Amino acid sequence: MNNDKLVLGGHEFDSRFILGSGKYSLELIKAAVENAGAQIITLALRRANSGGAANILDYIPEGVTLLPNTSGARNADEAVRIARLSRELGCGDFVKIEVVRDSKYLLPDNYETIKATEILAKEGFVVLPYMYPDLNAARDLVNAGAAAVMPLAAPIGTNKGLCTKDFIQILIDEIDLPIIVDAGIGRPSQACEAMEMGAAAVMANTAIASAGDIPAMAEAFRKAIEAGRTAYLSKPGRVRDTASASSPLTGFIHD
Amino acid sequence: MKYLPGMENIGSEIQDKVISAMKEYDPSAYTAEDVKAALEAEVCTPEHYKALLSPAAEDFLEEIAQKAMNERFKHFGNSVYMFTPLYISNYCENQCVYCGFNCRNQIHRAKLNYEEIEKEMSEIAKTGLQEVLILTGETRVYSDVEYIGEACKIARKYFKIVGLEIYPVNSDEYKYLHECGADFVTVFQETYNSDKYEKLHLAGCKRVFPYRINAQERAIMGGMRGVGFGALLGLDDFRTDAFATGLHAHLLQKKYPHAEIAVSCPRLRPTIANSKINPRDVHEKQLLQIVCAYRIFLPYASITISTRECSRFRDNIIKIAATKISAGVNVGIGGHSDSEDKGDEQFEISDPRSVDEIFAAITDMGLQPVMSEYIYV
Repeated sequence: MNNDKLVLGGHEFDSRFILGSGKYSLELIKAAVENAGAQIITLALRRANSGGAANILDYIPEGVTLLPNTSGARNADEAVRIARLSRELGCGDFVKIEVVRDSKYLLPDNYETIKATEILAKEGFVVLPYMYPDLNAARDLVNAGAAAVMPLAAPIGTNKGLCTKDFIQILIDEIDLPIIVDAGIGRPSQACEAMEMGAAAVMANTAIASAGDIPAMAEAFRKAIEAGRTAYLSKPGRVRDTASASSPLTGFIHD
Repeated sequence: MKYLPGMENIGSEIQDKVISAMKEYDPSAYTAEDVKAALEAEVCTPEHYKALLSPAAEDFLEEIAQKAMNERFKHFGNSVYMFTPLYISNYCENQCVYCGFNCRNQIHRAKLNYEEIEKEMSEIAKTGLQEVLILTGETRVYSDVEYIGEACKIARKYFKIVGLEIYPVNSDEYKYLHECGADFVTVFQETYNSDKYEKLHLAGCKRVFPYRINAQERAIMGGMRGVGFGALLGLDDFRTDAFATGLHAHLLQKKYPHAEIAVSCPRLRPTIANSKINPRDVHEKQLLQIVCAYRIFLPYASITISTRECSRFRDNIIKIAATKISAGVNVGIGGHSDSEDKGDEQFEISDPRSVDEIFAAITDMGLQPVMSEYIYV
């Protein structure tokens, strides 16, 4: 399993835990990244200042891949402009598309997300679109040039867990790109379950940010994600409704 | 009072819904059982919200604060957003009996020219702030839309976020101001009781209650990203005014789901012309109850706590329910770059701390000051 890499747009990663950087103190980001073993960290580009006080970019450890998101964008056009600004600011070629036009539930707009993905993929971005788990939209994202698909487990920040589990499973089964479960994961056990299902990675922010001990929760998530991945690769045994005898009925046959 | 010539009537249904719901609301009708049900509910309905604002809820203040804090951290984590207001003119044509800028008050009036605005903004930007709120007295004669637009253009050079707290304008004028760089508009309704409103606003365009109550919707129609609401608590029955404020914001978000919603919770303050003004029965306990109820009913909304409150109250409320705090505040005209204001203040402030001091206080509480979380696109 040492060769088990997460591959996004030709870039290889050992860690399958994508960590968020919002909603907690900037001073804790470094410890959270280290305990999470995270190699990718997301940040809202709108929170990245060009300088001055409380600039999140100053707190992200070197060597970690930045995954700027386009939060604040209400349509494809705004997402594209934010992504281009992100590249200009030196945040690299990775971009997580977030197109939200609902300030209450923050649910993604799949249609606009597909449009933005197509434009940005053509411009050479490694595009990771945040989306509502819909198979048709996921197929369109593949065709639009996405590097992965990031379905939500539950609305952002709710910590409600795998509310959309069955639909995420369909994406895992049908889409050839990495499926990264994003948003709503609230407990390490839920992250573990997503990985056991075959998710390529898990992205979490609020679950860690709202914990009493942020670095410790980051570590708990790392362990859970690793356990889930190992279990997935081990091909878990079947789940049965009835007991399975350890000496099956056909055990009397000897020759 | 009816619309005056030139005032755009958008025919919105929101005003009627807010006013009729407010008239039906009797805070004294709610019981401890109603409050408990509101505390246990996963989603706060308008009916739950009424219970949380009622006198019966005062006995459950600790539980209400706990619930508010959960929502605050769920939606905003430990972020506290910082900004400062900049008054560019205190000329006013209105006669609002509670306000320091009342046109009948003999105060020092002033209006900054563009050079002075730039000087002020440049000084504010040095503090590290990236959000500014531009305010004027309410008069098109002394501070017309073009003047305010030019102020927005200057502000865009220094700040990532430009908000406006000016007199209500038409949707095409909001569109113009948005193109000049502003993206957030706050209009305080003062009180949602239209009869009381007429008694408090004796002269001036501000007397036109329906034009004011529809201002946020016109701002969204004009392309603004977000809008702010507020009743001046203490003018009328504060519970019904708080209910109407929250419901107004709730209904507008429902109609325009992309709109970002902000709520302010000012209490009456003494002014330079009237030191006897006080917020009557809105004591800190009641103010805390209201801010927590706002948070629970509108968990996604930004809540601002102004320098009308003292540092002790502000520092505590940003941990529990509020998410935005002004710092380095001067409510006079021209006081950021000159040691003396050119024009007098709108009200007395209770928290004169600098940006650095408030930044440090926020950090010391384990919270994260955020200067901007916004890109103008």
